[in-house]
This record gives sequence, structure tokens and C-alpha cells, in this order.
Amino acid sequence: MNISIKALFAAGGALAVGIGAATTPAHAQGKTITLCWAAWDPANALVELSKDFTAKTGIGMKFEFVPWTNYADRFLNELNSRGSLCDLIIGDSQWIGGAAENGQYVKLNDFFKKEGISMDDYMPATVVGYSQWPKNTPNYWALPAMGDAVGWTYRKDWFARPDAQKDFKAKYDRDLAVPKTLDELRDIAKFFQGREIDGKKVYGASIYTERGSEGITMGVSNYLYDYGFKYQDPNKPYAMDGFVNSPGAVKGLEAYKELYKCCTPPGASNSYMSEGLDAFKSGQVALQMNFFAFFPGLYKDPNVGGDKIGFFSNPAATTQATQLGGQGISVVSYSKNQGEALQYIKWFSGGDVQKKWWALGGYSCAKSVLNDPGFPDSAPFSKEFLKSMGMVVDFWAEPSYAQLLQAEQKRVHDYVVADKGTAQEALDGLVKDWKAIFKEEGKKF
Amino acid sequence: MNDLSAPSRITYGAVLVRPAVVRRIRGLSDKALAWLFITPTMVLLLAINIFPLIWTIYLSFTNYRANRPNAPVKWLGIDWYQTILTDPDIWAAMQVTAHFVFWTVVIETVLGFGLAFLIDKKFRGHGVWTTIILLPMMLSPAVVGNFWTFLYQPQIGLFNYVVAFLTGHPASSFQMLGDVTLSPWAIVIVDAWMWTPYVMLICLAGLRSIPDYIYEAAEVDRASKWRQFWSITLPMALPFIMLAVLFRGIENFKMFDMVNLLTGGGPGSTTEVASITLKRAAFESWRTGYSSAFAIILFVTVFGLANIYVKALNRVKSR
Repeated sequence: MNISIKALFAAGGALAVGIGAATTPAHAQGKTITLCWAAWDPANALVELSKDFTAKTGIGMKFEFVPWTNYADRFLNELNSRGSLCDLIIGDSQWIGGAAENGQYVKLNDFFKKEGISMDDYMPATVVGYSQWPKNTPNYWALPAMGDAVGWTYRKDWFARPDAQKDFKAKYDRDLAVPKTLDELRDIAKFFQGREIDGKKVYGASIYTERGSEGITMGVSNYLYDYGFKYQDPNKPYAMDGFVNSPGAVKGLEAYKELYKCCTPPGASNSYMSEGLDAFKSGQVALQMNFFAFFPGLYKDPNVGGDKIGFFSNPAATTQATQLGGQGISVVSYSKNQGEALQYIKWFSGGDVQKKWWALGGYSCAKSVLNDPGFPDSAPFSKEFLKSMGMVVDFWAEPSYAQLLQAEQKRVHDYVVADKGTAQEALDGLVKDWKAIFKEEGKKF
Repeated sequence: MNDLSAPSRITYGAVLVRPAVVRRIRGLSDKALAWLFITPTMVLLLAINIFPLIWTIYLSFTNYRANRPNAPVKWLGIDWYQTILTDPDIWAAMQVTAHFVFWTVVIETVLGFGLAFLIDKKFRGHGVWTTIILLPMMLSPAVVGNFWTFLYQPQIGLFNYVVAFLTGHPASSFQMLGDVTLSPWAIVIVDAWMWTPYVMLICLAGLRSIPDYIYEAAEVDRASKWRQFWSITLPMALPFIMLAVLFRGIENFKMFDMVNLLTGGGPGSTTEVASITLKRAAFESWRTGYSSAFAIILFVTVFGLANIYVKALNRVKSR
């Protein structure tokens, strides 16, 4: 009995060693670094892409991906507790102020200079949005990694149906086509709301309404910007009266609520990216608001992709703008593998790597990719992506961004979803909240 | 008293004590020994309960933010307490919490006691039924939150279909989680579904503790079942019912996970219970000083109410 137990242990040990040897790649001798990001389609593309880095340098890659709804909670906790889980982090654009001021990201200026990495080689909006703090100053804390913005998808096949074309023309006296304005978008959403298509009741649009993290703010901003909302007086920082709560902004907020009330599927009171994808993929909605990052995956979808799907950038109202998404890649200052992490950034900035990144489904921010004459036709959504990246606006990137975001989430959700008060009251309240937050921060305005 | 002067080795239970240890212990008084045994527990309690509490009280008087460890910490006195107690949003969250606590406790107590009363009558298969009734309580709140989200889904949710079947309203004509009027009740329903079995268990213990001879004496006196219920069952089970109310009241005052999963505090702030407000202040806004003050206020509220309640409970028990 004893012998057999010993033999069993020996065999187990040998097996463990054997498995270890069999599964350990050549880079086992070198270091392994951990990259933290959100769990979504582009993250899978990055895993694929990073295999080249490991093959080239012998440095192994580990990935820590967290769903979007917990992404900020999880990684801001990690950074704030000075954790060294992440060597590299693809952090949200709004984190940059806090991460820079609290010493959580490594400043990359010297590294860029040494390695000949120039921010002139990246699209300006992405440099300002993902890399600089303070904004519009040459202080870099990240390499623009994943360009993104909010855009729209629509059911091309539904739009092309003769009965839909005929009914729409009769009702609105124009062709059923990609909307150029937010009013046109509302009309289309209204037209499809409750309509029967192939015996199934469908709805107008899926838009962002999520309360817990950042959803409704990322959605409503596309309307607010289009109607003239500005975060502050361009000539007087932190002066918000008449900009955040301007008559235009009020109109934009009202328009967003109108779209939510008239034209979203039942139960869409807490929807964000994944709920939007579900609604579109299951054939519930004609229009979907979502980040461009998801569009490659949607285009490949066997049920609603290919010829059935079309893409367009956020339509105009009194002006045209869209919410910036996307992130830069930073080295965490608490990392014990900063050298290897910097090596990764250097490798990632390479022209060929950026091209492959786009080809795999990531959105490169490099001009070498985006300014390539073939880029606009390289995917059905690339033209709209380029257009969107030319008109992006981002949320506050102040160190207190989370507090500012929470205030907007509450004010906007209270008005749009919970029917509390008027749009003017919501935005006036938002100005009051934001002023209190900046006052607590010691800002003068 | 054990003989510690035994010549070689002494066995206490399963532990073998060597002579050197025995010699050392022999010099200690009973009191010293008692201290020796309780010290690890005391240290642990101090480290994980008392110290964090004192530290939280200290932080509640400062502007400390956990995400800015290098920033200078300013003493603010009772500023945060004043801010919190005069903040209408905080009072709104407290009202939501009070609504949630009151209705869940009432519903769970009535249903829990009712179920316990039924289960106490040992009918055929009552063991199986008890197990089935207890199942929701055994699930994780995360699981419960997620599957009730599906049950409440207006287009595919079973709950909406049942209501539609019973009332004739179309299933997708109302949304339990997205409607300002319905969502506070949606979270009450889920909590009642999950925790009524717990109240039932406590009440069942109370009912089973009533001696049969009291009922036999009542039968001899020709007391009706109704009379027996009001004069024997309810008064004798009352301390247990009150205990269940206390436990559920405290638990639901702190409710976070299930509400967070079901509604995230929405729509708007309709279901934003105090613990969600606290979590947002502490771990999203990183206002550590502010959230410490809020946590202390919540603690004092629960502690104060629970103490008053325990006194009432003791009075009932001593009757």
C-alpha cells in the first residue's frame, strides 16, 4: 500500500514536471509582464498581437481583463492601493489626470525622446485625449493605443425593404436613409418602434442609459455636444454657468430623453455596451449607439453582420461632435517590471505592429495607419471612424473625474429615466454639483 | 484541576505538552492562564474590529482621500457630519432605505411566521417542503440578483408573463426595474423571496420550543384553536419573531449587493439605498473622510436602534 502511494506521488510529481515542461514556452527563462484592460473584442485582438512581442523579446505576456462595468472600480482600486498586479495598463482616457497627479503612471517624455517615439506620429485628438496631462501640454503619460468614439449601427437590410421605404416616404416625405441629423435619427427610430418585421415586433434604437458606472453620460454627451454643450468657458477654465446649462444643452438633454421615451425597447432603463450589442444582435432594434471598438465584431456577426449592417457617425444637430472613447497604454509606476513594460510600449509603437493591430480588430491611433490612402476603404466602418475621430470631445479628465462623472450620472438618469424635474433643473443641478467638487479640489473659478 | 506535576509528558486532549512547557505553565496563576488564552482573540478583535473603527472615526474628521496618499491631510472637525446631515440626497437615500427595511421586514415576518406555522404541523412530506422553501436562502445574492434581473425582463421575463397572465396587461407594458414606482417594490419582492425562509427557520424554532402540555391544558379548558393561537402560540413565539425582525432589520439596513445587481440604485436614485451611496462616495469618488463620517452615522443609527429594540426584546422575554 505504502509503495503504491509513493509510486503514485512519484508519478504525480513526474507528471506535474512533465506538464510544466510541455506547457512552458521558450520565454520561461525571461520575465512575464501583466497587461490590464477591459474584457471586450479588442482585448482578444491584443492577445493575438502580443504573441509577436513574446516571440521577438522572449518576454511573456499575462492579461488581466475585467468587464467594462467593473473595469474602473477594479483597476482604480488597484492603482489607488499601489498594487503591482499590472505592469502595463490600458486605462480609460479620463483617468489620466488622477493617475498622473497621484504618481500612478510613469511619465514617458524621456522614454519617448530616447526611443525616438514622436507624438506627432499620432492623431492629435488621441494624443490630447489619451496621453497628455495637463491637457494640451507636452507631458505624456501614455502612448495612444486604442482609438475609439461613439458611433451608430443600423439594419441596412431593414432600411432596404420596399415596404419600409414606401411607408417611411409616405409618413416623412423623404427616403429612409442614414440620418444626417439627430431629428432624422429620432424619426427613423420612431418609425421602427413597434413595427413588425418578418412577423417579429422590433424597436427603434438602443442607447446608453446605464446608471451604475458611466453609461448614460457616455450616451447623452453625444446629444449635448451636438446642441452646443461645453464643459467650461473656453476663455475661463472651470466657469461652467451658461456652458453646461446653456439653452442648447437643455435642448440636447430633452432630445435624448425624447429618444429614450419614444423609441427604445422595453426594459432599456439600464443599458450600456453589452445590452446594446444584445439588442442589436438579437434583431430587436433598427439602430444602435455603441463604440466603434465593437463594429469589427458586429460586422462579422453571422446574423446581423455583413450586408445586413451599416455604420454611421453621430449625426449633427446645431453642430456635430461625438463622445471620445478609447485609451492609451501606460506603465504603472508600482510595477517591478518597468523595463520590460517600456519595451512593450516601444514595440507596440512600431509601424508594422500598428498596421497589424488595425488588421486584427484594434483601432490604431498612428497616422501611418489612419492616413494611409487605403484606410477609408479597409473596412466598412473605417471612413466613419475617421470622421468621428475628427470631431471627438471627451469628458473631464481631472483627478476628480470620478466624482464629476457620478454627479452627471445621477442628474441625467434622474431626469431621463426617472422623470425627475426638468432638463434645465438637471443641468443647473449639475453645475452646482461640479462647482462644489471643484471647490473641494481648491480650484478657483 | 489537572495535575501539571506529572513526571514525563501530559496529554491535554489531543495536544501533547512537553515537560519544559509544563514547567513554564506551572508558574502561572489561573488569571494569567486565562489572559494567555484570551489574548490572541483580543488581539485579533482589536486588529480587525476596534482599530478600524477608531481609525474610521479619526478619518471622518479629516479630508483624507485614499487615492491621494501623498496629499496633506487637513483636520475638518465635524464639517462632514454637518454636510451629510443637511444633504437632501443623503436623506433621500435614508428614506429609500427605510422603505426597503420596513416593507421587507413586515412581509418576511408575516410570510415567515405563516410558513413556520404550516411547516410545524407535521404533514406528509413536510421535510421535503422545508428543504424546498429554504433553497432561496442558500443562494448567493449575486446569483439571485442576476436571475431576478432576467425574471423581471419585460420581454422575456417570467415574472412579467405571470403578472400579464393574472392581470391581462401585456407583459412588456411595464418594467419592474426601470419604473420609478415599481422598482422600490421590485427589490422588496426579491429580498422577501430570498429571506422569508430565514425568518421561517427562526419562527419554527420558536414554535417547536412551545411545550405540548400547554396546548393539552388549553384543550382540557376547551380553548378554541383561535384562542390557543392568540394566547399561547403567538406570545410564546414572540421573542423569536422579534429576534428575526432584529436580524433582518440590521441586515437590510446594510443591504448592498442585491440592490446593486438589480438596479444599481436606479432608475435615477429611486432605489439608491444608503450603502450604495456610501460605496459610491468611498470607492468611486474616493472621498474617504466624507464616507467615513457617513459610515459612522449609519453605524450609530443601526447600533442605537438595535439597542432600543434589544431592550424591548428583553422586556418581552422576561414577561
